[in-house]
Amino acid sequence: MMKTNRIRRVAILLALLCCVVGLAGCHGSSDTTAFEAPETWDASKSYKLTFWAKNDTNKTQTKIYEKAIADFETLYPNIDVTMKLYTDYGKIYNDVITNIATNTTPNVCITYPDHIATYLTGENVVVPLDDLMANERYGLGGSELAFDGPTQDEIVPEFLQECVLANSHYALPYMRSTEVCYINKTFVEKLGYKLPDVLTWDFIWEVSEAATKKNADGTYAVNGQQVMIPFIYKSTDNMMIQMLRQCGGGYSTDTGEIEIFNDDTRSILKTTASHAQTGAFSTFKISGYPANFLNAGQCIFAIDSSAGSTWMGSDAPLVDIAEDKLVQFETAVRMVPQYDTAQPKMISQGPSVCVFNKEDPDEVMASWLFAQYLLTNEVQCAYAQTEGYVPVTTKAHESDEYQAYLDAAGTDNDLHYQVKIDATKVLLENAENTFTTPVFNGSTSLRDAAGQLVENTTKSSRRKEKIDDAYLDALFDDVSALYHLDQIGGTMAIGDKAALGPLPRASIILIVCLVVAWIGIGAVALRDKLRSRQT
Amino acid sequence: MRTNLFSKLPATAFSVLLALSLGACGGSSEPAATEDTSAQTTEATEAADAATTTDAGTTAETTSTAADATAMTYADYAAAAVDDPVTIEAYVQGKQAWWENKASLYLQDKDGGYFAFETACTEDDYAKLTDGIKVKVSGYKGNFNGEDEVIDGSFVIEDDGDTYVAEAVDVTDKLGSDELVNYMNQKVAFTGLTVAASEDPDGNEVAFLYNYDGSGSQGDDLYFNVSDGTNTYSFTVESYLCDKDSDAYKAVEALKVGDTVDLEGFLYWYEGANPHITKVTVK
Repeated sequence: MMKTNRIRRVAILLALLCCVVGLAGCHGSSDTTAFEAPETWDASKSYKLTFWAKNDTNKTQTKIYEKAIADFETLYPNIDVTMKLYTDYGKIYNDVITNIATNTTPNVCITYPDHIATYLTGENVVVPLDDLMANERYGLGGSELAFDGPTQDEIVPEFLQECVLANSHYALPYMRSTEVCYINKTFVEKLGYKLPDVLTWDFIWEVSEAATKKNADGTYAVNGQQVMIPFIYKSTDNMMIQMLRQCGGGYSTDTGEIEIFNDDTRSILKTTASHAQTGAFSTFKISGYPANFLNAGQCIFAIDSSAGSTWMGSDAPLVDIAEDKLVQFETAVRMVPQYDTAQPKMISQGPSVCVFNKEDPDEVMASWLFAQYLLTNEVQCAYAQTEGYVPVTTKAHESDEYQAYLDAAGTDNDLHYQVKIDATKVLLENAENTFTTPVFNGSTSLRDAAGQLVENTTKSSRRKEKIDDAYLDALFDDVSALYHLDQIGGTMAIGDKAALGPLPRASIILIVCLVVAWIGIGAVALRDKLRSRQT
Repeated sequence: MRTNLFSKLPATAFSVLLALSLGACGGSSEPAATEDTSAQTTEATEAADAATTTDAGTTAETTSTAADATAMTYADYAAAAVDDPVTIEAYVQGKQAWWENKASLYLQDKDGGYFAFETACTEDDYAKLTDGIKVKVSGYKGNFNGEDEVIDGSFVIEDDGDTYVAEAVDVTDKLGSDELVNYMNQKVAFTGLTVAASEDPDGNEVAFLYNYDGSGSQGDDLYFNVSDGTNTYSFTVESYLCDKDSDAYKAVEALKVGDTVDLEGFLYWYEGANPHITKVTVK
């Protein structure tokens, strides 16, 4: 009898052990243990890395990436980097999300902090970089690096700070741009105005209204054409975000409490609507690409990214309108309009680079080396020159190569196109005046909502609807519902999992099986105990 | 024996349950099918968002339903100003895309062509939109970089047996003239044109490009140049209208510089004529 009991107990213990092993195995199938930097990196092993990037439909950028990989592989022959190129960040985001579930994320990825915030809803998916950055041998400026990378002090602090989520650096900045105002200075002066060094909103509205004056034949007085939209904004989400920041209006808290539906927003929308109604203002989504209107002499103020500068102006290297429609004018570049010219504020935007966690810490170290390599002067200077981007390191800013590039502004209408370098300088000279919006689960929706407010109000105004508080009340309700902002409300800080949706069926089966197994084990154990007492 | 059997049953049952548990949580270590899966993910997310859009009925969106409105003539539509409310009755000639519960449609009646951009449309209704079927669309007149559109619209299918599939009108002799704009959004044909060289990013002369500057890959829009002997024009195979598996897409990929071609498509407008080609015949 004793022998039978022992066998039963062994059977139960084995079942219990299986449970524990099962749970551990299940955990490991979807999560990776937290990354810890190895004491030494095994450079004798071979590593295969995947790198996902975006190329702005620009072959030159593709070639720069290819050269960077080739140069890196020469320095580290044991590391093989395979690049996958995308044409938009949304697709990268979708693919990363898809691959998190199967532990098949890339090693290194060009991305945005908003996206990283979502990636962080999985445990140990993205590697926090603080320890790696500080690593004396393989960190920023480390002694064992095979390349001349920047030290932490040589990364523009504002740009590096944008990569901090939940008190850790989860990315390195890769490139930065801002929005700038591209101006037909010839028309501004024709209308009797002198272009100030810093635009104000009052100035831009006043000149835009003046430009809506028509001749008796219906053409516009300033250009003699049938079409004139004096002020066109490309990204109306940025428009609302910057205006709110400049006037001290609420947008959101750091933890995701929504503040955008406030009186400052109402005031901005009413002002915008009044100028949309007169035809002084429109948006890209409503009317089309600002560059096309600017270059055709049908727009005076076109606000777009500094990274879109090669499309702007009479002599732009990239033009999307027929040659006979191009109008000759002097193009000026200014920072976006301000409420307070003494304290300018402008948005900082641009891609960052993050490192994904893997089972092998040495593989992560190899990924980290490649991510760092993207911040070397060779890569930074070359990539920044493809558009109106700014390198993210002061090391690159101060390099002879980059200074020579800036000094050559206007010497040709290609690499050294004056408007492109002027747009770049706006950010170079104002890094300390840049800001970004808080990143949290749902911050992308809030950004979309900010733009939607402007788009809807502009459309309604053009359609002669009355833009009053009743209209704005309804608009706020609609937009809040559309983007589920009422479900965010400060509960979506990074790391929360509230937005992950219902459990998958496989998970439900797993949980039910485990519960039944545990109940059964408990019942058998109890029965045996009772029997042993009876005997 | 019976006692032994019963004593083994619990352990056996639990083992089976645990095996099931492990099976349920087992994840594939193979890379996910990124392209296809992401497309599905995007579609599902966008569809959900669009459903919300429709329910919320955002303030600036359509203020009248197509079913209630009286259709205007093509002449009245053409004369309407941008931002005016418009209602048209026309026949489906081509479907460009469906996403976020919105569809972009090429429509035509006997007098002219229309492009309904992102008109509200369920996926079920989209499937019902066969060539020639009559619809009534209400929205606002828009103009995007030269292209006249009906925007922020909704539609009803008028399935009364009245159908119309337009014949492509040959506008070859209108190329380069101011008259061509009168055929905007219509089904048009171009005959006897010669494929002219495009330059790829490496400076090579090629018959077509993926994306306008050759930066794309198969699946992206195709751009190719054709000449009428006097001028050269840029034509497009819009990948949403004719995807990489379509005959038109494959035919353009097979073009050679110097080929003589007859082409059919819709006369889209982007800062000038930008035909969206749907049929290619190499002579």
